[in-house]
Amino acid sequence: MAKRAAPEVNAGSMADIAFLLLIFFLVTTTIEKDKGILRSLPPIDETNAEPPIIKEKNLFTVLINRNNQLLVEEDEMKLKDLRQAAIEFLDNGGGTNAEGERCDYCKGKRDPSSSDHPDKAIISMKHDRETSYEKYIEVQNELVAAYNYLREREAKRLYGKYYPNEDKVFEAMLAEKEKNQFKKDEVLNERIETIKKLFPMKLSEAEPDKS
Amino acid sequence: MSKFKNKKQGDLPAISTASLPDIVFMLLFFFMVATVMRDSSLMIENVLPTADQVEKLKKDRTTFIYAGKPSESFKRFGTEPRIQINDVFVGIEDIQPAVLQAQADLTEELQSKIVVGLKVDKRTNAGLVSDIKQELREANTLKVMYIVNAATQQ
Repeated sequence: MAKRAAPEVNAGSMADIAFLLLIFFLVTTTIEKDKGILRSLPPIDETNAEPPIIKEKNLFTVLINRNNQLLVEEDEMKLKDLRQAAIEFLDNGGGTNAEGERCDYCKGKRDPSSSDHPDKAIISMKHDRETSYEKYIEVQNELVAAYNYLREREAKRLYGKYYPNEDKVFEAMLAEKEKNQFKKDEVLNERIETIKKLFPMKLSEAEPDKS
Repeated sequence: MSKFKNKKQGDLPAISTASLPDIVFMLLFFFMVATVMRDSSLMIENVLPTADQVEKLKKDRTTFIYAGKPSESFKRFGTEPRIQINDVFVGIEDIQPAVLQAQADLTEELQSKIVVGLKVDKRTNAGLVSDIKQELREANTLKVMYIVNAATQQ
């Protein structure tokens, strides 16, 4: 029997089918864009060790009451002033750290009644059970912003020369680390750690009172 | 003159659509690859608070906990804020097993780096959040990320 040529399949509707699928996926797609504030919780300490004594001047207390009002260092404060107040507190450098070194990179007022050294400065935050989560996040955001501002300043001072075109040096460093996550860049990691050590994030949260 | 005109009009070649399927398929594959199907449907109102000091979330090591008021169609669960993990409302005591389970499901090298993403409605009381955090401390999963809407940085 003579071999007949197979009849050609009409591919004209292929585009229609593909379009149908395409529209389905277009509609169901949600490009994930989750972002957030990353924080570490303190581990539970089972050894009943005495908590270290912290001088009042090294402690920056932030209280939020149930009506979402802020009390910072015994004074009522507006949220927009919190960042600056926290920066001034952390950057004060009025005394010496545990090793007896003065904070030579601090640009604060060196007020002896405020924090001694960024190493020792602790921000303590406490909220009421009925504080709204929105306010809580806003306060967290401002406090983290204070640390980021100071770290950014130090990054610019120390490593700005390696990133001449960057506006935000510390962010650029972190972005670079993110980009090279599969090949370790020891120098970069060391620089980031140095910056973090200059202004260690000591942000403690007290548990709200049980009412 | 008219001779020329006629000839020209007749010669206009049709645009070939033969490559249209290829183009469409290319787009199709892009969206197929980029699509993430929602793995849990929210039963709560979930309006996130806003912040600007944000970091990107690493999806491979994150497990989510949702909290907020039950939404319109789940009114029967009351109006008090509830905690949702995966597809169910859970009590505060179920957080630990759920988080430990999620941790066990991760690949080995990521297990120690687990991050718990808290997607909490902004009208929730902060007390509920500190209860969740206390449970997470007991489960020893200490990295949390408060998921927020990222505002543009000033």
